[in-house]
Amino acid sequence: MNWTLAAPEILLGVSGLVILLIGVIPRKGMFFPVAMAVVGALILAAVLVLGQDEGTAFLGQYVADDFSRFAKVLILLGAALGLVLALDFNEKADLARFEYPVLMLFATLGMMVMVSANDLMSLYIGLELLSLSLYVIAAFDRDNPRSAEAGLKYFVLGALASGLLLYGASLVYGFAGTTNFDRLADALSAGDVGTGVVVGLVFVLAGLAFKVSAVPFHMWTPDVYEGAPTPVTAFFATAPKVAAIALLMHVLIGPFGDLSAQWMQVIWLCSAGSMILGAFAAIGQKNIKRLMAYSSIGHVGYALMGLAVANDTGYRGVLVYMAIYVVMNLGTFAVLIAMRRGGRALEQVEDLAGLGKTDPAMALWMAVFMFSMAGIPPLAGFFGKLYVFLAAVQAGFWTLAIIGIVTSVIASYYYLRIVKVMYFDSAEQGALDARPASLTVVMAGTGLLTLLFFLFPAALIGAAQVAVAALAG
Amino acid sequence: MNAAGFPILSLVTFLPLAGAFIILMVRGEDEVVARNARWTALWTSLITLALSLILWARFDPSTADFQFVERVAWLPEFGVNYHMGVDGISVLFVLLSTLLTPLCILASWESVQTRVRDYMVAFLVLESMMVGMFCALDFVVFYIFFEAVLIPMFLIIGVWGGARRVYAAFKFFLYTLAGSLLMLLAILAVWYYAGTTDIPTLMATAFPPAMQFWLFLAFFVSFAVKVPMWPVHTWLPDAHVEAPTAGSVILAGVLLKMGAYGFVRFSLPMLPHASADFAPLIFALSVVAVVYTSLVALAQEDMKKLIAYSSVAHMGIVTLGIFTFTQQGLSGALFTMLSHGVVSGALFLCVGVLYDRVHSREIARYGGVAKIMPAYALIFMLFTMASVALPGTAGFPGELLVIVGAFKVNPWVAFGAALGMILGAAYMLYLYRRVAFGKITRDDLRALLDLSPREYAVFAPLILLTLWMGVYPSSFLNFFEASVANLIAQHEAALSAARLAGM
Repeated sequence: MNWTLAAPEILLGVSGLVILLIGVIPRKGMFFPVAMAVVGALILAAVLVLGQDEGTAFLGQYVADDFSRFAKVLILLGAALGLVLALDFNEKADLARFEYPVLMLFATLGMMVMVSANDLMSLYIGLELLSLSLYVIAAFDRDNPRSAEAGLKYFVLGALASGLLLYGASLVYGFAGTTNFDRLADALSAGDVGTGVVVGLVFVLAGLAFKVSAVPFHMWTPDVYEGAPTPVTAFFATAPKVAAIALLMHVLIGPFGDLSAQWMQVIWLCSAGSMILGAFAAIGQKNIKRLMAYSSIGHVGYALMGLAVANDTGYRGVLVYMAIYVVMNLGTFAVLIAMRRGGRALEQVEDLAGLGKTDPAMALWMAVFMFSMAGIPPLAGFFGKLYVFLAAVQAGFWTLAIIGIVTSVIASYYYLRIVKVMYFDSAEQGALDARPASLTVVMAGTGLLTLLFFLFPAALIGAAQVAVAALAG
Repeated sequence: MNAAGFPILSLVTFLPLAGAFIILMVRGEDEVVARNARWTALWTSLITLALSLILWARFDPSTADFQFVERVAWLPEFGVNYHMGVDGISVLFVLLSTLLTPLCILASWESVQTRVRDYMVAFLVLESMMVGMFCALDFVVFYIFFEAVLIPMFLIIGVWGGARRVYAAFKFFLYTLAGSLLMLLAILAVWYYAGTTDIPTLMATAFPPAMQFWLFLAFFVSFAVKVPMWPVHTWLPDAHVEAPTAGSVILAGVLLKMGAYGFVRFSLPMLPHASADFAPLIFALSVVAVVYTSLVALAQEDMKKLIAYSSVAHMGIVTLGIFTFTQQGLSGALFTMLSHGVVSGALFLCVGVLYDRVHSREIARYGGVAKIMPAYALIFMLFTMASVALPGTAGFPGELLVIVGAFKVNPWVAFGAALGMILGAAYMLYLYRRVAFGKITRDDLRALLDLSPREYAVFAPLILLTLWMGVYPSSFLNFFEASVANLIAQHEAALSAARLAGM
């Protein structure tokens, strides 16, 4: 048994336990060193992932290939930067407890297991490790009723989704006789597909759609995004989304690849619904975190468009889209976390008024992210959309493509509104507080990536291509 | 391949961007930053202009091929290249863009006092995108430049515009975005069908007629919004009225040409059948645009709005000329695009001169300006006459050629265009009379100063061009001739091939 294959996960698990032990030492100011240790562990894990061999381990429960490598690097990047975003905020919001980084570490471990899962059992274990950690950090600001509400809501709905997923998995097991992805694929390609498997697949899909917050399983998103502390929201919007989309792709393309005629319709509807809801529901939002929640629902819709067409161009489009999405979102949330005046965190769109004058650098980066999310070239977001639309057009999914076009125009309205507030409105309440260097670094780094992506698109697209080849091969 | 021996098109395209970057780096006191930003922007745009004059000098008008070609692999696995080049159709629009930008910067020298640095950055970025769009020979590259224009223009209207600037900026952005996203779908379909996005290759690709129909519709929506054609023109008056003077100049001078350029560059050569089938619709919309917007212009109380509507009418003449598929019609359309770029830009500058002094665009607010500002009144008159297409000014040769071309196709269409010219004379002269002549009813007007040396510097090149284009149009028509002849020959060939196949 080749257990060393899972070295990155093992490293994360062991370092999580060790850091937990260190954290228990009752001393003040443990947050920062613990967070740094966790970031170090994440970086080390990323290095290990890049050097990882390919193959399966743990009796076929675990698989490492180019696809999992792509997704894991993205997840680790999102998690590490997500933690960096929390450094200063948590100190100021009195949330600087050492459990926070450790929980994020375990959540990341859960995501890595999800991505590498090659069996419905390991899939569920990874998913639950992620979910349990997320339930806790959603309610991390426990004295704040809104945060507690967010945590509880997420827990109740998440438990329901997990139940659906488990039920679907048991149906699949019952009708196909195995939980292993490879053997499932063999069983399904033999042609003898019972209705039970399809029903099971739909339940599994429902459970996973909840995790990616695709319509019609999106209800939790706005409330949780609004209630959770902003760095937690930033984390929610990035790494777990990638993990869930990657898992969804893995499950659908791998074991259920032969049922694509069935799941394409489901994904089609989820994609169209998410794009439409994301475009319309965000228009009226005043709270910027809520707005970002709807925006993320919309983005998931575009990403799912690539999955709905069920071909390699589409899958590659999904990966490119998610990579760009993570970068844009981290940058946007860096700006949101920096919104603080007189020591008080701000969450309304109006609070950005006049930012173009009071803080030109931050306004510039925010404008870059907003135009990019609206899909205006030459920014990165445009290329994300370009590849999924290309796939949709190639596969003849004209209706979906046109829905995507129309919702892009509608969605661009609320992204533009943020630019409008920053540049066209005058600052009435004065400048924001000086922002910490950590946020500036994240903002500028992700901003430059978004702005200059057009210079080196081949690198990311090539990597996505290799990842898809491993998945669909 | 490259006649100049170095990547001159990329240099012209990206030099303004480099200037914008330098301006962004400037730090210090507001006053110092503003002064440095102005001078850097002016010098950058002047150097760009000087470089682009090399194009004028080294361009070989005897061939229809693309010249100064540059090609670098960009997305090899998709067959997308960074491919730049100009032919007789596009080269003069590059020059128009590089000419108008320094004039705009000069025209905003004093009128823009807030956030000067951002303003200059926005204009240089805008110039870069406009030039890139006219040079691009790859569809994806073209689309990127075409869309990216929206960002600086949105900010220019929204930050430095008038009272209803937010509404106008949003309307401008969303209208154009909706159109161009449909074009994106069409580009993707073309890409998938032909396996390449290389424009010269695509021009030689024959698309099946059924596909041409849908592609044409998608392109049509996008370009019609940009032109703008009736009935999707309503964003233009709002955008023009609210934009700052220089914004209006670029909007009328260059951005409106992007739609017509799209028709000539893509719709005609790539989709000959659909173009021929849709020509009657275009004629109808163009004639409606010419007549209807001219009548609307007659009723305007706001100078900028009047000129904005006159732009829609002029662009109606342009689209009409393009879809005649005749040498005269197409050359006339291209010439009108150039002359309109110069003349309407100049007219907006004329309005800007008054607005800077009185801060009103209302026509009734003025009267008797000719007595107070004689030099200004003379210049304003020249451009008014050019706009009415008086022989000897820039407006005349283009419109004459379009009407000749239209007459070959359908006399009634020519009649519509001619009617537009008559109405054009009516509203422009009416505007001029109300502003320049009559009694001086407002005492504060008596204190107005005539043009400053800076304003003379802004108007001088435009006056020169207006007269040159009117008196000796050949030096401009020369550039189009080979390319237009080639375009028409290919169009005819495609149609007759289909006719033969049909028999």
